[in-house]
Parts: sequence; structure tokens; C-alpha cells
Amino acid sequence: MDIRDIALKNEEKAIFALRELYGQYGYTQYKMGKFEEYDLYVQNKDFLVSDSVITFTDTDGKLLALKPDVTLSIVKNSKNLKEGVQKVFYDENVYRVSKGTHSFREIRQVGLECIGKVDCYCLYEVLMLAAGSLRAISEKCILDISHLGIVADVLDALGVSSKARRELLSFLGEKSVHEMKRVCREENASTEAAECLYTLAELYGKADFVLEKLSAINGTLISPKHLNELKLLCQMLISNGYGDMINVDFSVTGDMNYYNGIVFRGFVDSIPSGILSGGQYDGLMEKMKKRSSAIGFAVYLDMLENLKDNQKRYDVDTLLVYDDTVDFQTINGTVNSLRAQGKSVYASSSIPEKLSYRNLMKLQQKGGMSLGSND
Amino acid sequence: MDQMINVALPKGRLGEKVYAMFEKAGFECPSIKENNRKLIFENPEAGVRYFWVKPSDVAIYVERGAADIGVAGKDILLEYQPEIYEILDLDIGKCRMAVAAKKDFCDDVRKTLKVATKFSRITKNYYASLGRDIDVIHLNGSIEIAPILGLSDVIVDIVETGTTLKENDLEVIETIVPISARLIANKASTKFKADLIARITQSLAQQTEAARQ
Repeated sequence: MDIRDIALKNEEKAIFALRELYGQYGYTQYKMGKFEEYDLYVQNKDFLVSDSVITFTDTDGKLLALKPDVTLSIVKNSKNLKEGVQKVFYDENVYRVSKGTHSFREIRQVGLECIGKVDCYCLYEVLMLAAGSLRAISEKCILDISHLGIVADVLDALGVSSKARRELLSFLGEKSVHEMKRVCREENASTEAAECLYTLAELYGKADFVLEKLSAINGTLISPKHLNELKLLCQMLISNGYGDMINVDFSVTGDMNYYNGIVFRGFVDSIPSGILSGGQYDGLMEKMKKRSSAIGFAVYLDMLENLKDNQKRYDVDTLLVYDDTVDFQTINGTVNSLRAQGKSVYASSSIPEKLSYRNLMKLQQKGGMSLGSND
Repeated sequence: MDQMINVALPKGRLGEKVYAMFEKAGFECPSIKENNRKLIFENPEAGVRYFWVKPSDVAIYVERGAADIGVAGKDILLEYQPEIYEILDLDIGKCRMAVAAKKDFCDDVRKTLKVATKFSRITKNYYASLGRDIDVIHLNGSIEIAPILGLSDVIVDIVETGTTLKENDLEVIETIVPISARLIANKASTKFKADLIARITQSLAQQTEAARQ
């Protein structure tokens, strides 16, 4: 067993792999403080995953918050670049209310942001790094991609109220075609656009398949610019070896006041909810008076505890039990020799009660003797 | 069968009806009909495992991935807003979420309205949409007695036939939303068991459509 397999949890292994991956593409680490002025979150409440924030008053009277989100702080401090982009990654704890328990939790997040003049290559690179992040965590993974421009085109064509628009976007996120039909009926929405919306909700699968179906839809509803952008990005990902894990799914949505264009969510087998979430957020940039575009994503590492391990896990490879007749130099020598073979060792004069071990070795004056294996 | 699909069914008559639909879709599990206290039933040949769970817990099993799909009432989905896909209206278990009050109730809009309910979120959202100030009294059962004992002015609860209300001298004064059973799916399962879930959804949709006609 590799010593790292024993010493590192899934979360820690992922952190190493992701930091290495992002570094290879020139992303530099953005280290930030744990606190931020509360005002930042009040102004951008809808951007946050949960409304609740832990606040406290600093010694100078300022109201501060324990960070519930990293992107807002990075955007706040980003430069207005006329050319090129700023590429940063982060590895931070955020503090949010857990939906299930309604109590605050500390969540480790690793992610990246690409801010500035975001061109098609930047979009591809971020999507490719999102796909690479998932692969670094598990071989069985899926990256669902959507384009909010396409969704907005169809919603615009419906001719419905802004309340209905919000509801329809939420139902699209739940793939609830029956609820969409109800709202469209109540709002007398355009039949052609409504049918197109239902198709978006129902379409799911490999990029080639979905995009071909989408091309067959009346060309006046969906802007060719949006469709071509999604097609190009999917084709680039497929030709670079990510075809098996890329799906198009228009149920990946986001608040359209903040997000636009490409949005995506990542899943790995055996974890019940998405572990990666990201997209283009030019709307947020505009709200924060920044004159650039941006795209980024975050990986929620707290979920990785649920990742199934293929191997049976032991606390140690070898439990080395010695008796009074053995001198400590012999014990030390045996431990070092086992360690040199890449094994972890627990040396003890008795068998500990709750320790799981692969091999038991008893050390006596006459020499070591393996007493059996749990494999 | 390579993959097993885990299905959370709501205990009771609705669950039995839903199982019959799954059976018709080719996911039979004869052992489920045995009269015993078991809660988990499996048919490896058909690639399906069923669990009987409390109706209000179905969404939790599905959201957390213990079940890939399940059937839950719209009332539960509106109240708990789980992170799931709501993929089909099965058009069974139909009822409505309604405001009910004593027959002689007269709403005094100058006062805060006291509302007893099991469904606090639905209640708050409904009255917020009307701009009405309310005091929500969360109860876990026997909601109907709250207005009779003066604990609340009105109640918000599920009404099926209205018999319980009538027997307690109450009547519906407003319908908030119609309710029926919905097929729900875990988000990640929908990615990794896409074909299986699509096959079940298609068959249940056909059965629902046929029953409507």
C-alpha cells in the first residue's frame, strides 16, 4: 500500500492533485483572509448559495463576516484588465448553512477564476480544467454543460411575465416539464417557444446527440452565436479526450442577474449531489462595476468523504507486536525495514483494541514472524 | 443486470398504487406483496430494489442518494424544497393545499392572522405573496382542532375529500395549490443511471397519460 493512501484522506489527495493541475496551466494561488466586510454580501445576496452569514463586529466597529464565498472577494479585488486575463486558483474554507441541518458548516473549497478579456480559449481552458478536476477525483465522472444564452433566447421568445420567467427557470433546473406546461398555459406563452423550452428540459446526453437535436429546432428562436459557441466548446473538449464525460444538460442553470453564457456542474459516481459548479459571471462583474468578463468554478471537497474506496481500508499495513525479550534497537530496525518496503507500521507491546491492520507480526528475541493477514 | 435502481416508495395506499405502475413498467418484485414487516425488497433479475419509507421522508432518501428515484407528494416538495429533479406528475394521490377556517370565521385584516399548520414554508410563502402579516403556529398533527380551541384563526393543510374538516365544523376558504404524487430523481443518479431512469420515466408517463384518457 502506498503510504499516501493511508495518510491522506480523499479530500487531501484531491487538493494536491488539483493544485498541481491548476499550476500547470499558469494559475497562481490567491491566498485570502478569513474575514470580509459584511456589506459585500448584503449587496450581492442572491449570488450566495445560502443567505445566512456569520457576522461579528471588529475592534474598530466594522461589521465583518466569515467568508461564505470566495468568488466575490476575488472579483472585488480584481484589476480592470484591458488585455489578457488574470488566472488565479484558491484553496479556502467557507462558512455556510447546511441545507439539511440548518446549522453552519465549514466547507473546504478549491476553485479557480479567470478574469479579464475572456476569449473562447479561456472558456475552453476553464471547462477542460473542470473536466480534469473531476477526473483527478474519480474515473467515473460527468461534466454537464449548458449555455444560459440559449435558455435566455427561448425564455425571451415566450413573452411571459418576469415572475413566470423566474418560475420557468427554476422548473427547468428541476426538469419539471409538467410544471412548465402549467405556467406556459397560465401565461399564454408562445406555443413554439414553449415547445422549445420543453425540449431543452428533456434533452440530455452526449454533446453530439443533444446539439444535433438542438440544431433541428427553428433557427429563429436560438441565436446561432450561442449555439455555435456551445458547439465549438464541446467539440474542442471531445477532440481533446473528454468526450466520454461531457454531457449537455440545460437543467444546469443559475441566477441570470449574475450568470450568463456557459454554466456547468460536475458529478462523480457515489456522491449524491454535484461536487463542482461554475460558469461565466459577467453579470456579477457588471454589478461590481468591473469592466471585464469572468469565468470560474469551485469544487466542494467536503463531499469527497462519501467517495467509495475500492480497497478495503486498514489503519495500518502491519501491526508489530513485541515482547519484553526484544530490545528497542531491534524494534526500531524492524520498523525501519518495514517502512523502507513502503508499509505503515504500528509497533506495540500488545494488540490495540480498535486498530484495523492488514498483517500481524510478532517480534521475539529470536526474530520476526508473520502471524497472518486480514486480506 | 449491471445496475440496480433503488426506489423509495411512500408507505401506504399511494405506495401500493405506485408499485403497481413500476411492476407494469417491467420492474416487478413479487416479494413486496408478501405480508410481513420487511421494509426492503429486492429483485436482482429485474435490477430493482424497493424501500418502504415514511411519505415525508422519500425526498430525503432521494436527495441524499440512498434512493435513485422515489415518489413524493408535491406538498412535501414545496415544503422541504429538496435538491432533486421532479421529473413526472403521476396524477395520482390528488388533493389540494388549502386554507380552512370555522364556518363563522370572518377575516379581520387589521390584525395579524394566526395560522396553524404542518407546512410552515408553504404558508409563509402564500401569505407573503398576499402581503399579509401572519403568525405561524407549527403543529405536527390534529391541525383541525387549532381554530376550534382558539389556538389559531385558520389552518393550512391538505384537503382530500373535506370530510375531516366537515366533521370538525370547518370549511375551505381558499385553495393554495393542487397537490399530486410526483416521480423524483436524485441528480447524480440521473447522470450515472440515465438510461434506466429514462426507461422507467417513459413507461410511467405512458401509463399516466393512458389513465388520463
